[in-house]
Amino acid sequence: MSHSQDFFDRPETLRWILRSLYAICAVLFGLDFIIHRHSVHPWEGLYGFYPVYGFIGCVVLVLVAKWMRKGLMRGEDYYQQVNQSAKEETHAGD
Amino acid sequence: MLGIELPPFLIFYLGALIALVGGATWRGPALIVVVVVSALNLWQLPSDFGLETQLMGMALKPIHIDRLSLLFGYLFHIAALISVIYSLHIKDKTQQVAAMLYAGSALGAVFAGDLLTLFIFWEMLAVTSVFLIWARRTDTAYSAGMRYLIIQVISGLLLLVGIILYFKQNGSLMFSEIGLHSIASWFMFLAFGIKCAFPFFHNWLTDAYPEATPTGTVFLSAFTTKVAVYSMARGFPGTEMLVYIGATMACFPIFFAVIENDLRRVLAYSLVNQLGFMMVGIGIGTELGINGAVAHAFNDVIFKGLLFMSMGAVLYRTGRINGSELGGLYKSMPKTAILCIVGAASISAFPLFSGFVSKSMIMSAALKEHFNIVWLLLLFASAGVFHHAGIKIPYFAFFAHDSGIRCKEAPWNMLLAMGIAATLCLAIGIFPQLLYQHLPFPTDYSAYDVSHILTQTQLLFFSALAFVWLNLKGMYPPELPSTNLDFDWMYRRPLPRLINACRRLVNRVDLTIRSRIMSIGNTLEQRLAALNSGEGVFSRTISISSMAAWMVTLLALLLIIRFF
Repeated sequence: MSHSQDFFDRPETLRWILRSLYAICAVLFGLDFIIHRHSVHPWEGLYGFYPVYGFIGCVVLVLVAKWMRKGLMRGEDYYQQVNQSAKEETHAGD
Repeated sequence: MLGIELPPFLIFYLGALIALVGGATWRGPALIVVVVVSALNLWQLPSDFGLETQLMGMALKPIHIDRLSLLFGYLFHIAALISVIYSLHIKDKTQQVAAMLYAGSALGAVFAGDLLTLFIFWEMLAVTSVFLIWARRTDTAYSAGMRYLIIQVISGLLLLVGIILYFKQNGSLMFSEIGLHSIASWFMFLAFGIKCAFPFFHNWLTDAYPEATPTGTVFLSAFTTKVAVYSMARGFPGTEMLVYIGATMACFPIFFAVIENDLRRVLAYSLVNQLGFMMVGIGIGTELGINGAVAHAFNDVIFKGLLFMSMGAVLYRTGRINGSELGGLYKSMPKTAILCIVGAASISAFPLFSGFVSKSMIMSAALKEHFNIVWLLLLFASAGVFHHAGIKIPYFAFFAHDSGIRCKEAPWNMLLAMGIAATLCLAIGIFPQLLYQHLPFPTDYSAYDVSHILTQTQLLFFSALAFVWLNLKGMYPPELPSTNLDFDWMYRRPLPRLINACRRLVNRVDLTIRSRIMSIGNTLEQRLAALNSGEGVFSRTISISSMAAWMVTLLALLLIIRFF
C-alpha cells in the first residue's frame, strides 16, 4: 500500500516506541527502591506492588474476558434474528 | 446582568421553542446563544434564589440552589455548550428540540428542592432523551429506544411510589438526605439506582447509547446518569451498600469492554465503570468521599464526552464504529486522534489530566475509611480502565492495522467542541483548584504528591506493558464482529419467549373454553328448536276438554295445599 511508509507503520518507529516503554517501566520500577512512598494499605508498602498489581491485573482481565467470549459471544445479528423470528411468529399467530 | 432572574431550566425550554420555529440555517447558532444566556442567568442568580409554592396543602420548592446543585448546574451548561457546538452541523429539528428539552430537564432536576418537582423532571429526562436515540432512524435504534424508555419510565414510577409513601410518613416533600430507613426510601433508592446503572439495571445504557446518533450520544452521556449521581449524593450519602455496589460496577463492565467490538459500546461500559467509582465515593459518605464523587462526575462528563465525540466523529466520517472494521485512521483524522488520546489519558487518570485529580480523592477516601478490599478492586478497575478506554479505543480506531479507510478530518465544529473539552481536561488536571474550590465541602486535598504520582504512573505504565506483552504473544483477543450477551439478554430473549408462550397458552385455553360454551349453547338451541318443531312437546295440539280437566286438577291441588 502506498501509505505503508506512514510514521506509525514503520517498523523502526514501533521498535523505538516499545524500547522507550520498556525503559520507562524499568525506571519506574527502580524508583520504588529510591523514593520513600507513604503507604496506608498493608500491601502498598511492598516494593513493586503497583507495577506487579497493574501488570497481573491486566493480564488476568484480558484472559478472563477472552474466556468469557466462549460463553457469551454470538453472531453480530443475533438479536436481529430474534426480532425477525418473533415478528414471523406474531404474524403466524394472527 | 440580565435584569431578570429566571429559573435555570426555563431558558433551555425557551431554546427548544426557538429550535422548533427557527429556520434551519440559524437554528444551530441560536442554540449556542441560548446556552450562553442561560449560563449568565445562572451565574447572576443570588445564592438565596428559590421558588416556593403550595399545591393542595403540600409545601413545594421547585427551585433550590446550594453548592452541590450549583456545581452540577455549571457542569450541565458546559456539557450543553460543548454538545451544541459539536452538533452545529445538524439540521435535524427533532434532535435539536429534544436536546434542548433534555438539557433543560437535567437542570430542572438538579435544582429541584422538592421530590415532586424532581419526579417531573426525572420523567421529562426520559421522554425527551429517547428522541435522540430514535433520531438515528433505524430499526435497531427504534427498538433500543423503546427498551430504554420502558426502563426509564419504570424508574420514574418507582420514584413516584417512593415519594407518595415518603409523604405519608413524613408529611414533607423536601428533597434532603433520605437514608435507607423505610420502604419508601428503598423505592427511591432503586429508582435512583436504575438511572445510576446499578448492576443488572445497567443495560439500558449499554444497549441504547451506542444506538443513538453520533451527536445524540454526546448529549446522552452527559445528563441522565449525572442527574442520578447528584440525586444519590443528596439523598443517600454514606449508605455503605453503595460502596459494594459501586465496587461491583467499577469492575464487571471492564471485562465486557475488553471483548466488545462497537467502540461506542466500549465507552458505554466504561461509563458504568466510572459511575462505580462515584457510587463508592457517595457510599463512603465522608467529605472527601462526596467531594471525590462529585469531582469525578464533573470530570467524567467532560472526558467521557470527549471520547464519545471522537468516536462520533469517526462514525460520522467513516460510517463505521466497529473496532474490527477500523484502524489506521490517524492518517486521515490526526487532530481527532490527538484529541481522543487526551480524553483517553484523562479517563485513565494520568497525572496532569483531569481524571487523576478526582479519582485519587475517591481512592484516598476508601483507604482512609479502611475499605481495603474495595480499594484493591478500584485499583484493579483503574488499571482496567486504562486498558479498555485508554489504550483500546485510540489503538483500534486510529492505529492497529490499517483498515484502508481514507476520509476527511472531522468538521471544524466537532474539532472545536473536542478542543474545548480537551482544554478543560488539561486545565483541571494541571490546576485542580479550579474544580476543588467549587466542591460541596471545602477541601485542602492535594492529588500531587510524590507517592500518588509515582504509584499511579507505575500502575498505568505496567498496564500498558501488559497490553504490549499480550499483543506480542498473540494472546490479546482480536476485535471480532459479534454480539456479547449481557443481562439484557434476559429481557430480549427468554422473557419475550415466555410472554409469547403464555400468550399462546392463554389463546388456547380461551379458544377451548369458547368452543365448549358455543357447543353447549348450540346443543341447547337445537333441543329447544326440537321441542318447538313438528312433533315437539310445545307444538303438539291439545283438545279443550283435556285442557279444562288439567286446569281443574291444578285448582284442586292448590285448594288442598291451602288447607295444610
